[in-house]
Amino acid sequence: MAAGNLPRSRIAPRKWAALTALFAALCVAPFLLSNFSVFQLTLVLAYAIVLLGLNMLTGYNGQISLGHGAFYAIGAYVAAILMDHYGVPYWLTLPAAAAVCLVAGFLFGLPALRLEGPYLALATFALAVALPQLLKHKALQPWTGGVEGITLVKPDAPFGLPLNADRWLYFFSLAVAIGMFFLGRNLLRGRIGRAMVAIRDNPIAAEAMGIDIALYKSLTFGVSAMFTGVGGALGAIAVQFVAPDSFNVFLSIAFLVGVVVGGLATVQGAVYGALFIQFVPNIADRISKAAPWAIYGIMVILFMYLAPGGVASFIHRISERWRRRT
Amino acid sequence: MDTFLAQFLAGLATGGIYASLALALVMIHQATRLVNFAQGELAMFSTYIAWSLVQAGIPYWVAFGLTLLISFAAGIAIDRLLLRPVRGSPALPMVVVFIGLLVILNSVAGWIYTYTVRPFPSPFPSEPLFGQHYISSHDLGAIGVTLAMLAAIYAFFRFTPLGLAMRAAAQNPESARLVGIRVGWMRALGWGLACAIGAAAGMMVAPIVFLDPNMMSGVLLYAFAAALIGGIDDPFGAVFGGFFVGVLENLLGAYVIGQELKLTVALVVIVAVLVVKPSGLFGRTLARRV
Amino acid sequence: MSEPQLLRVEGLHAGYGATQVLHGVDFEVAPRSVTALLGANGAGKTTTLRAVCGMVKTRGTIEFAGRRIDGCATEDIARLGIAHVPDGRGTFVDLTTEENLRLGGITRGGKRALAGDLERMYGYFPRLEERRTQQAGTLSGGEQQMLAIARGLMLRPRLLLLDEPSFGLAPKVVAGIFEILRAINRDEGVAILLVEQNAAMALELADHAYLVETGRIAMRGEAARLRNDEAVRRSYLGY
Repeated sequence: MAAGNLPRSRIAPRKWAALTALFAALCVAPFLLSNFSVFQLTLVLAYAIVLLGLNMLTGYNGQISLGHGAFYAIGAYVAAILMDHYGVPYWLTLPAAAAVCLVAGFLFGLPALRLEGPYLALATFALAVALPQLLKHKALQPWTGGVEGITLVKPDAPFGLPLNADRWLYFFSLAVAIGMFFLGRNLLRGRIGRAMVAIRDNPIAAEAMGIDIALYKSLTFGVSAMFTGVGGALGAIAVQFVAPDSFNVFLSIAFLVGVVVGGLATVQGAVYGALFIQFVPNIADRISKAAPWAIYGIMVILFMYLAPGGVASFIHRISERWRRRT
Repeated sequence: MDTFLAQFLAGLATGGIYASLALALVMIHQATRLVNFAQGELAMFSTYIAWSLVQAGIPYWVAFGLTLLISFAAGIAIDRLLLRPVRGSPALPMVVVFIGLLVILNSVAGWIYTYTVRPFPSPFPSEPLFGQHYISSHDLGAIGVTLAMLAAIYAFFRFTPLGLAMRAAAQNPESARLVGIRVGWMRALGWGLACAIGAAAGMMVAPIVFLDPNMMSGVLLYAFAAALIGGIDDPFGAVFGGFFVGVLENLLGAYVIGQELKLTVALVVIVAVLVVKPSGLFGRTLARRV
Repeated sequence: MSEPQLLRVEGLHAGYGATQVLHGVDFEVAPRSVTALLGANGAGKTTTLRAVCGMVKTRGTIEFAGRRIDGCATEDIARLGIAHVPDGRGTFVDLTTEENLRLGGITRGGKRALAGDLERMYGYFPRLEERRTQQAGTLSGGEQQMLAIARGLMLRPRLLLLDEPSFGLAPKVVAGIFEILRAINRDEGVAILLVEQNAAMALELADHAYLVETGRIAMRGEAARLRNDEAVRRSYLGY
């Protein structure tokens, strides 16, 4: 399986330049676009955080998850319940969602330790299919609002800053995303990242080298879930609504598609994948309501056959060729 | 006592459907070590084809037979065209390809037939047989069709040379080649049979749950639970597991947890079996090669 | 005018991925003869048999009854009349003894011919008839070896490839099996290519023999001559 390399220790000056230009563009963009487009970009940021989390688990650590929609849902519901029932300020819900999902992911990762490839995929698939029904259950209704879900109010910019709610949320999400990406990159760059990859590529050798497989695999699950939960919380705030049927198995599938298309085991793949899963349905929707998923399916199969490294490796190859030419 | 018997029998009816789908899953896993996530959508798509045939005026049992043949051919095509190039790939690409297939089938069905929920005809009378109130005629018929199909499959594998060749190819592909068996085609045949079985399961369950592109996701989950309980490589176990899960689901749903948590039960069963006894009740523990 | 060789191998290179095992092997098997491939562990004897059956990637020429079979699929080579009894027996452990035998003849049609062949196999190996409905995995080592040979013979092959038939078996059992092999070669005219570490027994049975050392043929000739050769006696026969 083709996979990206672990992030290199130092970012080349050329890359710093590119990133700074990107950052500048991202800061200017919301003032040039409609509110709706800004909202869409906010969702892209949320998804990028999710996909970074999923990529850690599946790309770098080799544990296949078809159930990350569940952790997204947990993050979303934590945010919604805290805001709606307890009046917690929106920005505080993110660390709460992170904490809950870290624990939830770790706990799920423990029994999942013994499961390999397709069987882990099966267990997480079962989680994703069963979750909406669980969320609608009567016993949880006073919290989750049952089928109708919970509606939220978008927060206003603080300190009377001259930004409308959409733009403020966008910058907030951008800050969170940058923070999460740095966190993720540092995690992957160090011992933890190397241990993850070692476990993915040859678990028996890794264990022989003294890596505590059980600990690392469960930790990876937890951290991965944590990232996804933060993305879920952001997404809930942006969409201003959580309901059980938004978190069905197809959400989990969309995440997996995003990670594969974006580029497994790459940090930038999370961004490409997020763009893919946010904007492809919009374009495809105009053809037919069913078309987005057909496109997902076809793209993911094509990518798996022809470009297993995803968009990230494709862009990498092009930029290499460009660099060699100049 | 009355309702208990009724619930039990209804559980057997759905159990037969789970058993069939579980058998399809086991057949493919035995031959290829692959978990066929797309089995439910394949069955769903076949059921839509049957629906189209019936809508076109073709008598039910003729449409039933035609759908079995079409599904059989489609299964062979999927194996030869879609799966051959990635055979031997590690787990992730295979899972992704199956998920892709699942998603394509679901969306194409939604595209062609829309997401409107439709009724699906049952070939069995609507009044219960003999005026009893324990089991509907369709449920009884579904059990009958399921058992007949399973018996036919059993006879095929046990008593015919082709069935023997397929069993050999699944258990020991290298030795099978040494006696001249074309292992690739045996696998494709396995796929064809699995899809035909799935189609029958879909046509039996559609009158109960109504026809829509998402009708099989719950059923697939139960079928996975059933296959795992019986041992993912054991066809008999799969059949037993199917009936067991069907009855359990119904009884739990009626008496213990209510109708709204049934899928969660399936989830718990799946995770529990995978973690505690992955080889299932009947399966052998598989050793891992270093 | 002598008969053309049944199996002719020339310049055979073969290996597993990056590891090359055979570095240009040449040998022949005459029709109805018994040919032995001798050599130490790891010399490449098993790889040679697997190469003939298309189970490994090869370079070079492999000709069976005048027709090129290098590059063909294993199952097609089997259908041409080469039966391979692999090392480890290759038994279908979950199937019964009789099912294993039936599988040997599965590519040949004709129920009556198959039934006749089954009887013939039980004639050679009465122990198998006693255990015909028993699960093959529960047979003893010697019985599984007999089963593997019988399964190969059900194909009605012109050439029988045997990989280490004596492995893990008591000498008396091995002697019995070799007796039957001699009878089969004599009565049915099946050519045998025998890979064996037990050089003494192999040279008793064989007409011709080849010595394989690190992927090449080090010595060739009539079995009787090799049996009396100084070097062979010291290295492989132990005296």
